[in-house]
Amino acid sequence: MSNDIFVLAEHFKGQVADITYEMTGKARQLATALGGQTVGVLLGNDMATLAASIGADRVLYVNDPALTHFNPEAYGRVLHALIQKHNPRVMMIGSTSMGMDLAAALSITTGLPLIAYVTALDVEEGTLVATSQIYGGKIQAEAIPDGEACIISCLAGAFPAEAGRVETGQRAVETIPSPVPLDDLRVRFVQLIEPAGGDVDITQQAILVSIGRGISGAENVELAQELAEALGGAVSASRPVTDAGWLPKTRQVGKSGLTVKPKVYLALGISGAPEHLEGMRNSELIIAINTDPKAPIFDVAHYGATCDMLDLMPALTEAIKARQAA
Amino acid sequence: MTVKYEKAVAIEKESVIVDGVDISGPWNRMFEQRVIFEYTPERIEEIASIPGAESFAYCYQCAKCVPVCPVDVVGNYGPRKLYRYVQTGMDLSQAPELWLCTTCANCLRVCPKEVNMVHIMPAVREQAILDGKFVPPELQQAFENTAKFGNPLGQPQRKRDAWVSKAGVPVPIIKDVGRPVAVLWYVGSYPSYHPRGMDAACAAARIFNALGIDFAILGKEEKDDGDSQRLAGEKGLFEALAEYNIATFNKYEWDEMVVTGPHELNAFKKVYPQYGFRRPVVHYTTFLVRYLDRLKPLLKYPVNKKVTFHDPCYLGRHDGEYEAPRRLLEAIPGLELVEMGRNRENGYCCGGGGGGMWLDSFTTNHTTMRLSEKRVMEAAATGADVLAVCCPFEVSRFEDAVKSTGNDHLLVRDILELLDASMRGSP
Amino acid sequence: MNIIVPIKQVPNLTDELEINDEGTDLAHDMVQYVLNEFDEHALEEAVLIKESVGGTVTVIGVDTTGELDGILHLALAKGADKAMKITGDFMPGTPSHVQAQLIADAIRTLAPDIVLTGVQAADDRDGQIGPMLAAHLNLPYVGVVTGVSITDGQAIVHKEYAGGVMAEFIVALPMVVGVQAAHRPPRYAPVSKIRQIAKTARIEALAGVETAQAGSTVRRMFKPEAAGHAEMWDGTPDEIAEKIADLLAEKGLLKRTL
Repeated sequence: MSNDIFVLAEHFKGQVADITYEMTGKARQLATALGGQTVGVLLGNDMATLAASIGADRVLYVNDPALTHFNPEAYGRVLHALIQKHNPRVMMIGSTSMGMDLAAALSITTGLPLIAYVTALDVEEGTLVATSQIYGGKIQAEAIPDGEACIISCLAGAFPAEAGRVETGQRAVETIPSPVPLDDLRVRFVQLIEPAGGDVDITQQAILVSIGRGISGAENVELAQELAEALGGAVSASRPVTDAGWLPKTRQVGKSGLTVKPKVYLALGISGAPEHLEGMRNSELIIAINTDPKAPIFDVAHYGATCDMLDLMPALTEAIKARQAA
Repeated sequence: MTVKYEKAVAIEKESVIVDGVDISGPWNRMFEQRVIFEYTPERIEEIASIPGAESFAYCYQCAKCVPVCPVDVVGNYGPRKLYRYVQTGMDLSQAPELWLCTTCANCLRVCPKEVNMVHIMPAVREQAILDGKFVPPELQQAFENTAKFGNPLGQPQRKRDAWVSKAGVPVPIIKDVGRPVAVLWYVGSYPSYHPRGMDAACAAARIFNALGIDFAILGKEEKDDGDSQRLAGEKGLFEALAEYNIATFNKYEWDEMVVTGPHELNAFKKVYPQYGFRRPVVHYTTFLVRYLDRLKPLLKYPVNKKVTFHDPCYLGRHDGEYEAPRRLLEAIPGLELVEMGRNRENGYCCGGGGGGMWLDSFTTNHTTMRLSEKRVMEAAATGADVLAVCCPFEVSRFEDAVKSTGNDHLLVRDILELLDASMRGSP
Repeated sequence: MNIIVPIKQVPNLTDELEINDEGTDLAHDMVQYVLNEFDEHALEEAVLIKESVGGTVTVIGVDTTGELDGILHLALAKGADKAMKITGDFMPGTPSHVQAQLIADAIRTLAPDIVLTGVQAADDRDGQIGPMLAAHLNLPYVGVVTGVSITDGQAIVHKEYAGGVMAEFIVALPMVVGVQAAHRPPRYAPVSKIRQIAKTARIEALAGVETAQAGSTVRRMFKPEAAGHAEMWDGTPDEIAEKIADLLAEKGLLKRTL
């Protein structure tokens, strides 16, 4: 076993995902403490430029047409082979749609321990300590892997992406063909299906009026639209609202939706589940309205109040119009 | 261009032979089913054959029910209309109309044939649910919450008596009291968990203490009465709760149960006897009115407001109690009681009963406005400052309606809150 | 089709969770256990598949609380045909690695055509059961799936990515699916049906032998300190609205209308 820290670099539609930088930044800290190297692992096809952009001491780029698009079976086989061959100290995988298909399966095939939903990761006197965020974000668990080598599944936003972006490792890219055959896969990627187009891109908005379960019903969404119009912004929502069909999926903020960083994020009737916070916690100004004073949203908001959002929206629309007319 | 006309085909027998004698003639059409509709009237039978829904077939379409049906005022409804829809082919078990009735019983009050929607609707709903037909999601959530957590709001059982710390007066938990009590006060789910409900619960606690009533509550052992869930079609859920509640009530010795809300009054007084529970239960208004002599001197502060009172369907029409709430209000100094046009037996439903509390997201698509909004407009038209209620469903419904109809000057208060205000001097 | 739905009980998250005295685990005796909501979706998707192409749906879980029967009855009322439980000396909070091994051992001989389970659960500290099952059974796995349709011994699955984008995969059966959401919300099971099933249903009990391990040891479990907190405003909605409008104006964020 080496003391290297391997990071699975995630990419989508030709771009390296933020989570990759978050993990490579953290990997540098671990590698320094453990006396190993950071190794970015990129699986793809025709992605030499992407490979060169990953900040690590080495980049293992596995190039194969079967890896063009994410395929859990293909990626799983390749990663398994790489882990077996290189025996890294830590294999870091994002807790994302892609990563969640891989990490737990690899734990079984390689026999390595897996610690998931990790928000903090450090080395204490040569021992890795990982903190998981579980039970809907209500509980944290600090754990030590049994044995030295392990797989760590990291929550998006747990570590700063900046650290990974300024990473100045050598980036020696080693391009290799797939170490295992990929011609007999049982899982076949067919196509990507984009959501219905012609809607607002909430990631480009400076002001977001974001509504949660507290909106209580489709008929109240109008109030949010009016407020957003008055503010010159757009309406976004947490998952329960888009699941109910009251707004299209393209308006969803959060782990399975979009990440936004507007100047103003008005969180109305949103409790602040971790999956939602992931999508908006870096907004410049967060104002939260929720009738529950203990709602986790207040932990990330800058200002808050416990009045009813259905009362607040029309009142705020009026207050804004009054100031604009003055 | 020539238009081809088809000669109408006579709907009549070719020949008519009766008892072997051929009596054919222009009158042959008498001997065929008169064609007045293209649909089958069997659906009426389908409904009437569901146990509990037999009276649906009694309707002879006099339509006395339609003008008194609260939903018809904001939509197209009433037993007579339903009868006609079903007669003309509507499958009630899959129609939105199944979920609009609040079981307010105003129709039953005037029906010469006793077509009983309070029995019919739950029976048809129950069958629809058992057959896996569409259940409005909000209602489904209320059922699931009640089943899992003992209350439709989905709050933890453990927190059911958390409100007690806000009352500022002792609220004994019967498990800890360890002796028989005079009054077991069944608080209810909304007064235990809903912010506005808790206001009324605290007021009640203060009033009981001031009157020196020997009372206790069940606290964490209390579960929802489930009556509205039963009327919305979940009889199984109601029975599961009844089993639990009756066993819990019977664990303790108490002389009389006082309930905060008319729906639990209905459950415990009218329905639980079928399950073997026959102990005395009264609504808090009926209870407090007995103590008027003791209460009046405590009502020191005037409440100088014009107040109109909304008769809850399940206290008024269903229980016959119209006077006790009024006598309590009239006991408050400075309070001027004004009546709405639709009062007492003809009271207009707030829309919360029969599952309506958890169907607003559904009914909004089938009515021009909410029943609570219609009622609030009526209350505002009396010139009242305060709309007084005594059912825990009503406060939140009417407060929402006050906002959505732009009647923000109209305060909504439970009678308990008004009595408490008069006792303590709060506004 | 032989459709299998592994399920697990998880703590009810709307309740306050407490830590045990040692500080290393939840105080499990104070916890109410409910069916994992993602497993509920997996079950609904399974029943929809059965209704579409025929087959039987078997629900199976590890009884870690001694109270799994109630949840299995609920699953039967929601459309499952058979219920199985794995019994043994299992405690609440049994790690995913152990549950996956026990379930894999139990269903290996059942030769499922498709296994549907929730994509994750709130207590998956050591990882998600779906992919582990697939690895044990050497079956392909696709997770975060919001739609499954079956044609000709193959499954067409839609995997969710961020921003509403989906990836379509065709997978040769048998396979394991990690369900994020069913095609439609889980159907309602009336209480009377559940109670009736509770009286008549037979749950097959299998003795499970634990050979797997979580792979890591929790040295401390705790409730997170809130890093910071919002400055809370008091007042009526109108007053709060004024405060917000003032703040936005101060920051030059209110556009002027002409």
